[in-house]
Amino acid sequence: MSTINQPAAPPRLAVPELSIGIGLLACAGAVAWQTLAIPVSPLYSKVGPTVFPYLTMVGLVVLSLLLILAALRGGWQPEEEKETSTDWKAMGFVVIGLLANLVLIQPLGFTAASVIMFVLVCYGFGSRHTLRDVLTGLVLALAAYFGFAKALGVNIGAGFIENQLNTVIDAFTSTLGG
Amino acid sequence: METLGHLAHGFAVAFSPTNLLWCLLGTTLGTAIGVLPGLGPALTIALLLPITYQVAPEASFILFAGIYYGAMYGGSTTSILLNTPGESATIVTALEGNKMARSGRGGAALATSAIGSFVAGTLGTLGVAFLAPVVVKFALAFGPAEYFSLMVLAFITVSAVLGSSSVRGLTSLFAGFVIGMIGVDLQTGQPRFTFGMTELLDGVDVIIAAVGLFAVGETLYMASRRYAGKDEIVPLKGSLYMTAAEWGRSWKAWLRGAAIGFPIGAMPAGGAEIPTFLSYAIEKKLSKHKEEFGTVGAIEGVAGPEAANNASAAGVLVPMLTLGLPTSATAAIMLSAFQSYGINPGPLLLTTQADLVWGLIASLFIANVILVILNLPLIGLWVRLLKIPAPQLYAGILVFATVGTYGISQSPIDLVILYLLGAAGFLMRRFDFPTAPVIIGMILGPLAETQFRRAMTISNGDWSVFYKHPLSLTLLTLAFIGLVGPHVWAFIEHRRRRGPEHVPGDA
Repeated sequence: MSTINQPAAPPRLAVPELSIGIGLLACAGAVAWQTLAIPVSPLYSKVGPTVFPYLTMVGLVVLSLLLILAALRGGWQPEEEKETSTDWKAMGFVVIGLLANLVLIQPLGFTAASVIMFVLVCYGFGSRHTLRDVLTGLVLALAAYFGFAKALGVNIGAGFIENQLNTVIDAFTSTLGG
Repeated sequence: METLGHLAHGFAVAFSPTNLLWCLLGTTLGTAIGVLPGLGPALTIALLLPITYQVAPEASFILFAGIYYGAMYGGSTTSILLNTPGESATIVTALEGNKMARSGRGGAALATSAIGSFVAGTLGTLGVAFLAPVVVKFALAFGPAEYFSLMVLAFITVSAVLGSSSVRGLTSLFAGFVIGMIGVDLQTGQPRFTFGMTELLDGVDVIIAAVGLFAVGETLYMASRRYAGKDEIVPLKGSLYMTAAEWGRSWKAWLRGAAIGFPIGAMPAGGAEIPTFLSYAIEKKLSKHKEEFGTVGAIEGVAGPEAANNASAAGVLVPMLTLGLPTSATAAIMLSAFQSYGINPGPLLLTTQADLVWGLIASLFIANVILVILNLPLIGLWVRLLKIPAPQLYAGILVFATVGTYGISQSPIDLVILYLLGAAGFLMRRFDFPTAPVIIGMILGPLAETQFRRAMTISNGDWSVFYKHPLSLTLLTLAFIGLVGPHVWAFIEHRRRRGPEHVPGDA
């Protein structure tokens, strides 16, 4: 009895999964590089600060090799995920919103940067009521700023806008109240 | 009976007006975030961690525990009415619950899940109160070697045994280890994994990790699959009162669910998926109304898993409070709240922090009462929350994510790390890597390292401490079985099933 004529089709290489495996291997490499950079004092020769990093590195290497092997055998991404096409445009707007927040939070302060992010993310998710989103974002950012950050005693860079907007919310609440 | 005295004292702590307010706030907030898809207790507690600098430990833990329990109640509402499980623990609830809602029995489904949660949550909390002192007696005998081995066992169970793949679960866990090691090594003062950046010397804050993985990652994921079909809210029809027949079918399921959920939650394995699936399978098997399963929705299929879910949520608190061993992402973040107060959860916690622990346990009983009121008569309020449109919901989540992250040190570097972790979280969702082991590895990894180095220092660098102590050896053996056992089993099954196919001439 021989198994020469295996009927199984050659497994297809799964490129995304393979890149994940290789990326993880690169991470293990970075761990090794950073572990070598840890200066070890001879006083701690028993179990120094490098033992766990090395163990982690070995673990990561083994796991990434197993993942690469799985990728060579056809990958593991669930069918349901594979069939769902990625909405790059929506994601793009979310990413732009996040980056805008990162770039603008220092020059403009938390509130302005948050409103811009809010509007971009809403747009990405398909909202077309931009003006309404600006107002919602403003109320939410201010609520987050005053209600959340102040209550928790967290200091989130108050730009001049926060102070300027104080008058705006006053007006806003009075219109809502009236 | 000692426990009853402690509990009475705990109730005195929990019934103070301010603590009652914290409990009310926590349960309300918890229900809200449980109802809202995309927000979970781990993320919410992480965002609220800065409160630990402001208020007494009792207050913040009563708040956190209220959120933790509340999210379990709220999550079932979303599962039943929207068919989108808010959390992995409520997947099973959606199976039958949504079917019931579609056939006009949503009210009964919500009622059995809320009352079942109450029954199981109360039984589970009683379990915590009586089991915790027992575990403590046992845990006092633990040395560093045993602690390390116990953590290894927990690592294996939370990452490799639960979930769809042990390799991917362990990968998440090891990624968590790496994140947890960033910063100054506490024992020698050496910086590790900082890539020469001073911003990384303090390590990556657990808030950033949780917000990145759970909020940013989730938002990117939802944006990427915007066209993947939307779930509609099933309008709430029918009365919220269960008929006598429905009560009759529910109560046994509640008790069975609680009996399954609590022990599994209390084991160092943790996790709510196994007990809920197990309870579902048992209810399906025992039910006299099998035809209702998967068609119009069977009430037992909601009652059992919901009870199992809440009882296991209570069970998770046992290893957390007595051993300092978190077995879910939420518990891991609560552990970091303990650390922020300079408290080390472990066997001594029950005596050194008696007010805190017993006040917390007592507040859980109160939380259950508040929650059953919040989630039955006031259910209409929460259903309205479900109507928040996705664009504004996710954009709003990102605004709060920014507050939580940027507020730590006003450093844009933190936002960069947040986004990197968010991108990682997105890929993990797309490629079926579990995210909870990252948080657990990040929090528990450094603790395991400390115990490991302690054990090695005591033994003078002799590795045999880990296998010469019988208890430690047992724990490591269990971990090994947990890691290898399922694969060996699958291999044997595979062989057995494959056998007949290889008969010559079969092709």
